[in-house]
Amino acid sequence: MASSFSRILSSKRHIGILTLVGGSVTAGFLLHREHVSAGVPVRRRYPASAEFPDLRKHNNCMASNLTPAIYAKLCDRATPNGFTLDEAIQTGVDNPGHPFIKTVGMVAGDEESYEVFADLLDPVIKERHNGYDPRVMKHPTDLDSSKIQSGHFDERYVLSSRVRTGRSIRGLSLPPACTRAERREVERVVVDALSGLKGDLTGKYYSLTQMTEKEQQQLIDDHFLFDKPVSPLLTCAGMARDWPDARGIWHNIEKTFLIWVNEEDHTRVISMEKGGNMKRVFERFCRGLKEVERLIQERGWEFMWNERLGYVLTCPSNLGTGLRAGVHVKLPLLSKDPRFSKILDNLRLQKRGTGGVDTAAVGGVFDISNLDRLGQSEVQLVQTVVDGVNYLIECEKRLERGQDIKVPPPINKFKV
Amino acid sequence: KSTNFYKHMDSDKMVKLTLKRLSAEDEYPDLSQHNNYMAKVLTQDMYKKLRERATPSGFTIDGVIQTGVDNPGHPFIMTVGCVAGDEETYEVFKDLLDPVIEDRHGGYKPTDKHKTDLNSGNLKGGDDLDPNYVLSSRVRTGRSIRGFSLPPHCSRGERRAVEKLSIEALASLSGDLKGKYYALKNMTDAEQQQLIDDHFLFDKPVSPLLLASGMARDWPDARGIWHNDNKTFLVWVNEEDHLRVISMQKGGNMKEVFTRFCTGLTKIESLFKERSHEFMWNEHLGYVLTCPSNLGTGLRAGVHVKLPNLSKNTKFEEVLKKLRLQKRGTGGVDTAAVGGVFDISNADRLGFSEVELVQMVVDGVKLLVDMEKRLEKGQSIDDLMPAQK
Repeated sequence: MASSFSRILSSKRHIGILTLVGGSVTAGFLLHREHVSAGVPVRRRYPASAEFPDLRKHNNCMASNLTPAIYAKLCDRATPNGFTLDEAIQTGVDNPGHPFIKTVGMVAGDEESYEVFADLLDPVIKERHNGYDPRVMKHPTDLDSSKIQSGHFDERYVLSSRVRTGRSIRGLSLPPACTRAERREVERVVVDALSGLKGDLTGKYYSLTQMTEKEQQQLIDDHFLFDKPVSPLLTCAGMARDWPDARGIWHNIEKTFLIWVNEEDHTRVISMEKGGNMKRVFERFCRGLKEVERLIQERGWEFMWNERLGYVLTCPSNLGTGLRAGVHVKLPLLSKDPRFSKILDNLRLQKRGTGGVDTAAVGGVFDISNLDRLGQSEVQLVQTVVDGVNYLIECEKRLERGQDIKVPPPINKFKV
Repeated sequence: KSTNFYKHMDSDKMVKLTLKRLSAEDEYPDLSQHNNYMAKVLTQDMYKKLRERATPSGFTIDGVIQTGVDNPGHPFIMTVGCVAGDEETYEVFKDLLDPVIEDRHGGYKPTDKHKTDLNSGNLKGGDDLDPNYVLSSRVRTGRSIRGFSLPPHCSRGERRAVEKLSIEALASLSGDLKGKYYALKNMTDAEQQQLIDDHFLFDKPVSPLLLASGMARDWPDARGIWHNDNKTFLVWVNEEDHLRVISMQKGGNMKEVFTRFCTGLTKIESLFKERSHEFMWNEHLGYVLTCPSNLGTGLRAGVHVKLPNLSKNTKFEEVLKKLRLQKRGTGGVDTAAVGGVFDISNADRLGFSEVELVQMVVDGVKLLVDMEKRLEKGQSIDDLMPAQK
């Protein structure tokens, strides 16, 4: 027993007190039994079959893949941080889903979740990411923005361009599982690193607990401020605990590079600007990310990444690149064409309203972005968006001229 | 490679491994904006001490206080800000819970003893509250089944076991207590509508005070409602507590409501005992429930009563305080009174017996109605002002 613990302890940055709870190992208990009658059993343990969730009315990736056999195998395991299967799937148990929208239904509490619960996460990842098999495939990472071709859109159609991703700090638990101290450590590490950014990336951090009303209003007006999550998909996973402790927003002076700290992930990184210069947005994105990575490495930290899963984030849907590159684009004619959805599908793009996910398009303006996250590199996904949006604009122009349009052939999902 | 790293942890050896890598100072919550009983009491030193402990089922101080950290509170309403995950919580974390209990329950000391009295014969009067004013009478309490974790902490298996035991016990009730169980996840649309019309159906909690403590996990698994055929005795299973027991009827015969309450509860307790289970109870805290505010009797005895004149009188609040009563709107806690009709109930839970609390409600409501009648006639109520109970 001691040897496996010392292995766990030596790999962590901070060595603290290890406490065992439960079972017959009573270190750390102080229980005065005179107030509890003799013969009372300690917590009953039930067989896996008695604990297995009722998923008959559920429609999410977790529910589709969690069998009683997998549950029985994994339910007594925990990651070194103590994260359990029940905690990983709680959000999917509490939120049966929607008949049309298939949510993921589970989260990771730490990097090790993806190993310890691989028997469930691998098939969930495969289902969510179009057949990407983490057991045999490798994910390519490529942040060389110079490779992007034709990345400047016609600004009579594209109103704004944006690229976002997430990054997790290796060695610290993720939002569903982190303690207050870990979350504060994430904030400390990230804010310290960001203070080293220079030039057009020079910026300032606004802690949610300390911002002034004036700062708050400015951030709202800039559409930068994020609020405590209200979606039960997130709150049931425990991500909103201790709000707003150790949460904040950093952005550069020019307001083109923005980082959210301790919202759904350790960090969410966003590069954006008005207009259609996606190439420049992506260039700043890559440069900023690499610079932040260099700054945290100087301080002895690194991002969670591996060649199976790419960048490791809280929600399995964001593995790989975690990247959503999108534009707000005017497509009033094309969006009314019955072939619109099929065209988007074949181009591996998705549409959202201009308020983001689950909103409606206003004035024929759509948010168009990449569907995929894992199995293709950042450069490949951004190029897909560039090529796809250029094609959509071409279609819109043709329809304006009364010409017909063609549904393009489907492009490959994996380009490895 | 590090596959040994993520070693399978055998459940025979440990239930849960909690690795606390950072210091107590780093973990101590920021309570500077908070106004609840937990925040008033929990110092950094106390937190440091309590974070080294856990109950046998693995409940920790962070589990106890999460709801109070997530819900800073309201400047006027003082919430409790902590919950129990099992019976042992009240022992293991007594350094925090004793002062919270003392503050919340009017100076109840760690050495005080709580008296339980469910003998409805000891109630004097209570059968003649004027039905022109008293529209309905109700008594509720909660019960926890010893040996099972409480709603913030229980596993699905435990919650289902509580439900199964409760269904079996309730199925044995007979006479005017004979009834039927409706599982939340199995009920038909028709059954659901009937329960809504009867005002019996409870929903998944929406209050962040409850959600933040983890009580709503796995909803609606193992939750349900039992009621007797007469619709005067009702049991909620696995909502905020293992069981919530309610006796109610139209009109002002609180004695009858309380008699049925006591008979029903006593009968249910013996049915559990027949099955080798008992309720969580001890002579210091009385009946043990999830929220420290419900310790002791867990009892709220109340009426819906018409007091349009008295409620506008400047002495109304003072009278209630002296009588140890509280007012709520007719929708329950945090609702407004409609048409001058108020929900009037006992303010206390711990340190008084069930009979004593219902007696206070019966005597107090009688006085309130007398005052209302005086004010209707334009007469003074000064001579009726009670002493502080």
